[in-house]
Amino acid sequence: MAQLTCRDLSLGYNGLEIVRGLSFEVNKGDYLCIVGENGSGKTTLMKTILGLQVPLSGSISTGDGLKHSDIGYLPQQTAVQRDFPASVWEIVLSGFLNRHGLRPFYSAEEKRMARENIERLELTTLIKRCYRELSGGQQQRVLLARALCAAQKILLLDEPVSGLDPKVTAEMYRLIDELNKNDGVTIIMISHDIGAALKYADHILHIGKTLFFGTRDEYMLSDAARAFAAGGDE
Amino acid sequence: MMSEMFEKLALYISYPFVQYALIAGVLIALCSSLLGVTLVLKRFSFIGDGLSHVAFGAMAIAAVLNLSNEMPLVLLITVVSAILLLRTGQNARIKGDAAVAMISVGSLAVGYLLMNIFSKSSNLSGDVCSTLFGSTSILTLTATEVWLCVALSLAVLVVFVLFYNKIFSVTFDESFAKAIGIRVDIYNLLIAVIIAVIIVLAMNLVGSLLISALVIFPALSAMRLFKSFRSVTICSAILSVSCALLGMLISIIAGTPVGSTIVAVDIAAFAIFYLWSVISGGIKK
Repeated sequence: MAQLTCRDLSLGYNGLEIVRGLSFEVNKGDYLCIVGENGSGKTTLMKTILGLQVPLSGSISTGDGLKHSDIGYLPQQTAVQRDFPASVWEIVLSGFLNRHGLRPFYSAEEKRMARENIERLELTTLIKRCYRELSGGQQQRVLLARALCAAQKILLLDEPVSGLDPKVTAEMYRLIDELNKNDGVTIIMISHDIGAALKYADHILHIGKTLFFGTRDEYMLSDAARAFAAGGDE
Repeated sequence: MMSEMFEKLALYISYPFVQYALIAGVLIALCSSLLGVTLVLKRFSFIGDGLSHVAFGAMAIAAVLNLSNEMPLVLLITVVSAILLLRTGQNARIKGDAAVAMISVGSLAVGYLLMNIFSKSSNLSGDVCSTLFGSTSILTLTATEVWLCVALSLAVLVVFVLFYNKIFSVTFDESFAKAIGIRVDIYNLLIAVIIAVIIVLAMNLVGSLLISALVIFPALSAMRLFKSFRSVTICSAILSVSCALLGMLISIIAGTPVGSTIVAVDIAAFAIFYLWSVISGGIKK
């Protein structure tokens, strides 16, 4: 059974429909890339999956033992964070808060897991450093470690490499790929980078004038891919 | 000269009302520094400023009604305004900052008007001045008011410690917090209510116009030098308490107004921390 099933979704805001008739499913261990032109509704779809927004119609259901709290999220960075005094350790730990209810402090087990995730993302030497002094790539890794603390089953990544230089971008993709292949974390990623999408993802969801959902190989042969490549909007 | 000063100080401190004032002042300073970082970084400082004006208007109403103890009424009005401001900030035809401006300037005007029309006091401008700038009000607190200050400060302290991690998360990254299922709107409401309580408390110490200084200066100073949320919070708490204590003692010896003396000490501390950070080259702005 699929972890996440979207059936006949219509998305939009303020009563304005931007996507219609969207159906797809995500299984455990999938690596799904969502591609499409700017303004085609990629971020809206992600917000809808996260429950921050209700779909205009259609349904999203979870299965395979997945609860809503098993979905982790890597948002785009905000302006506030650029001058925020917070250490790497504090930020990564804050990922656990969704399971806290009214419990005020972190448990020893949570601290252990946080340390593990910090190691996994190669941040051990930066643990006491201030977030605002880190490079863009290091900051993204910190937020990724936090997302892993929040949830181990599915990660939703909203353009995780935007603004990073090519070397750091490649490193970021490698880390995400390792999480997917070695740890079996399901990845759903919004990307502008169609090349990387085709290199790493095993499923592609294309949103735009034409909708496409299928495996990467099917996508390579589809009209949507041809139109996207020919349009060359990115 | 020195010994004369200490004798004077010792004499004052032996009075119970001065002791009350020092205790209340220290607790108020402690509380007001706690949410400074959150306020500065969430761009909430304007709400704090607006609420302090609302508190002034509420004070005027309490004066008109001739209440013996003004604090409960002022507290109620300020907390309700905080909730309303946060509500309207999200989805209203009048945008957040415009609503704050309207309410804050409106309550200043109405407050002064009410005091003018109904006041039986012979020294109206003195009353207004002491509400705005605090003058010596901290030294004239009754025992009941001091106990109320102590109780409210402790309540703020306990709530802050219990919700410290969630306040951090909501301040640092609201959209992530929301996405993983933290009830962000409830915590924003909690923050607004705590701010309202702090403002009413701090009004006793520095008066309604100078409250923002008490809230913001220690946090900004601490942010020059410290790099984690916890160290910034602890440093601004210690700094705020020391500045308030020093300011109160200076004002006793020199006979200056309490509120502005404390804020002047806060400004001096900020200057020192700023220079320190420039010299040590720690944090580049």
